[in-house]
Amino acid sequence: MSRPLRIVVAKAGLDGHDRGAKVIARALRDAGMEVIYTGLFQSPEQIVQTAIQEDADGIGLSILSGAHMTLFPLVVEQLKAQGAGDIVFFGGGTIPAEDAEELKKAGVREIFTPGAPLQNIIDFVERECGRGRQLVG
Amino acid sequence: MIERPSGLGAQTTPAFEEEQRSWAAGSKEGRPRTGPGAGASDRTISDVPLQTVYGPADVEHLDLAGDLSWPGEYPYTRGIHPNGYRDRLWTMRHFAGFGNAKQTNERYHFLLSQGQHGLSVAFDMPTLMGYDSDAPQSRGEVGKCGVAIDSLLDMETLFDGIDMGAITTSMTINGPAAIAVAQYIAAAEKKGISRKLLGGTIQADILKEYIAQKEWIFPPRPHMRVIVDMIEFCTNEMPLWNTISVSGYHIREAGSTAAQELAFTLGDGFAYVEACMAHGMDVDSFAPRLSFFFNAHSDFFEEIAKFRAARRIYAKRMRDKYGAKNPKSWQLRFHTQTAGCSATAQQPENNIVRVAFEALSAVLGGTQSLHTNSMDEVLALPTEKSVEIALRTQQVLAYETNVTNVVDPLGGSYFVEALTDEMERQAEAYFAQVEEYGGVVEAIEAGFFQKEIAEASYRYQRSIESKDRVIVGVNAFQKEDKLDDLELLRITDEMGREQARSVQEIRAKRDGEAVKATLARLQVACRDPKDNVMPHLIDCVNAYCTEGEIVDAMVQVYGRYTERSVF
Repeated sequence: MSRPLRIVVAKAGLDGHDRGAKVIARALRDAGMEVIYTGLFQSPEQIVQTAIQEDADGIGLSILSGAHMTLFPLVVEQLKAQGAGDIVFFGGGTIPAEDAEELKKAGVREIFTPGAPLQNIIDFVERECGRGRQLVG
Repeated sequence: MIERPSGLGAQTTPAFEEEQRSWAAGSKEGRPRTGPGAGASDRTISDVPLQTVYGPADVEHLDLAGDLSWPGEYPYTRGIHPNGYRDRLWTMRHFAGFGNAKQTNERYHFLLSQGQHGLSVAFDMPTLMGYDSDAPQSRGEVGKCGVAIDSLLDMETLFDGIDMGAITTSMTINGPAAIAVAQYIAAAEKKGISRKLLGGTIQADILKEYIAQKEWIFPPRPHMRVIVDMIEFCTNEMPLWNTISVSGYHIREAGSTAAQELAFTLGDGFAYVEACMAHGMDVDSFAPRLSFFFNAHSDFFEEIAKFRAARRIYAKRMRDKYGAKNPKSWQLRFHTQTAGCSATAQQPENNIVRVAFEALSAVLGGTQSLHTNSMDEVLALPTEKSVEIALRTQQVLAYETNVTNVVDPLGGSYFVEALTDEMERQAEAYFAQVEEYGGVVEAIEAGFFQKEIAEASYRYQRSIESKDRVIVGVNAFQKEDKLDDLELLRITDEMGREQARSVQEIRAKRDGEAVKATLARLQVACRDPKDNVMPHLIDCVNAYCTEGEIVDAMVQVYGRYTERSVF
């Protein structure tokens, strides 16, 4: 692999719960990836723009405010609108199982809920984002 | 034969201290821990190293009068009431709010009918951040994690049929806290209830927003001015109102240790004290109505030690550093909520048990009021059923366990006293660090707290990953969950659209000139440091200005805060 994976860790909407996002950002960085943390209160448009500008392989979105059924689909929509459908989009937060299923059908690659081991998330990102890289490269 | 001390606090001999050291270290005779949790968890959940056993030598330095005293006596380590819970139980107060004001009002009527003592309002994210329900920033968030309150009309609906002069209300809102107080006063006065009769509290702790919870609006300095105005106004006009609730809860939820929660929260409290004094207020005029809010996490004894240390540190500083003369100014009163971050999405029914233990630690620590989390809050807002179990947990604790019979039952425990002392020592060390930055606001601007908390939360997560710490159902004793078995409360997006329509209707119906005029006067007050913004806010609210409009007017003067993120 020529360069490390680049991952945008994002917070959207009005949700200030950033503990999980920061832990994930740190864990991915410790696993050797380059991590760009968007900071709080980003719009779906801004998140996708950041990912494109940063040439990111993946976007991880964290939502704990209950707005997941609105904001995840808006990011998927923006990925399509901005021609960035190849970026692996995943997320996490307080998301009930049936909502997670619905989001996966709508184009979110994976949803991690509280208690998900960091290693599972790291493995997922390496596998899925790395695969995207091989197809392109 | 070693001479043994005759009682707690008695002098020990060197030979006895040597004997105790060997016990405590567990090494001389070889007592390594071989059972579950061997290794890293010989430390508290906050990484405080523990001895195998504690003894007289650990508390020898404690001064019975100066450090412990009696319940109801300075420095209140053993509680602020001489008779503990024997005169009055803690207040069972459940935080609730969802959907629109009408739905939440129904929940309030239910809770009051089930024996709850006071109300506690949870607002939705747009309300907390100062946006109206029809703002683009609010999409998907309206009514989701609390109730949507856009204008006075919503506040009136929220308390419909509830005697605002007879209950106490706690409102958890910070950025727009002054606006919420104005709405609460206006709603009561429209019903003919004087503001002088309103009891309760508002969180209004903006410093911890920058540190942990991240629901800010303006930058720290102008925000502090608004808070001081609010404290001053409520001190003068609302004799039954607790003016601010300085909160460690969110600091802990963001991943801090117990000592950080203690130190950062008290540090924030002292920053408000200093700001009010700098504004010319006499410390004894406002200090008796300051209150605090702590987290009850899962490390049982550490939490109890934290609560006891909080009272002691506060009393000492209020008396000796700030010169308060009224004993009420020395007494730290606090609300406690069980730790949301200790709840697990896996096997959520287990959260009922966690909550019960955490609630017990809060009660043994002497809390004045308590919120017990519902088992399903890790997945969604709680259902009525799960809220009822959480309330019943408190009732069982209060009426069946008999822990309320004796005041500060753990006072004098070698371990609890030594840990209380250790908590105080760590807090003092943090105060010194913050002082080096020049104060709390400066330390916030430098990212000090944010970085300390991020470090602690990462260490904690790593300890779970490596199984140094066992979390039942998460990294041990797992089973395949059928999450869908649990019935969850769902807020539809239709509710959000309805609320957006309702705020637009208000804008169409009200007197537009009054709106413009009151907002303009508010801006003048915001620019004038000698004025107090509160009366102007009440005018705006009475003119049915929406929260978003009022916040926008203030942002035009003060600007909006942006954070430099660290992870």
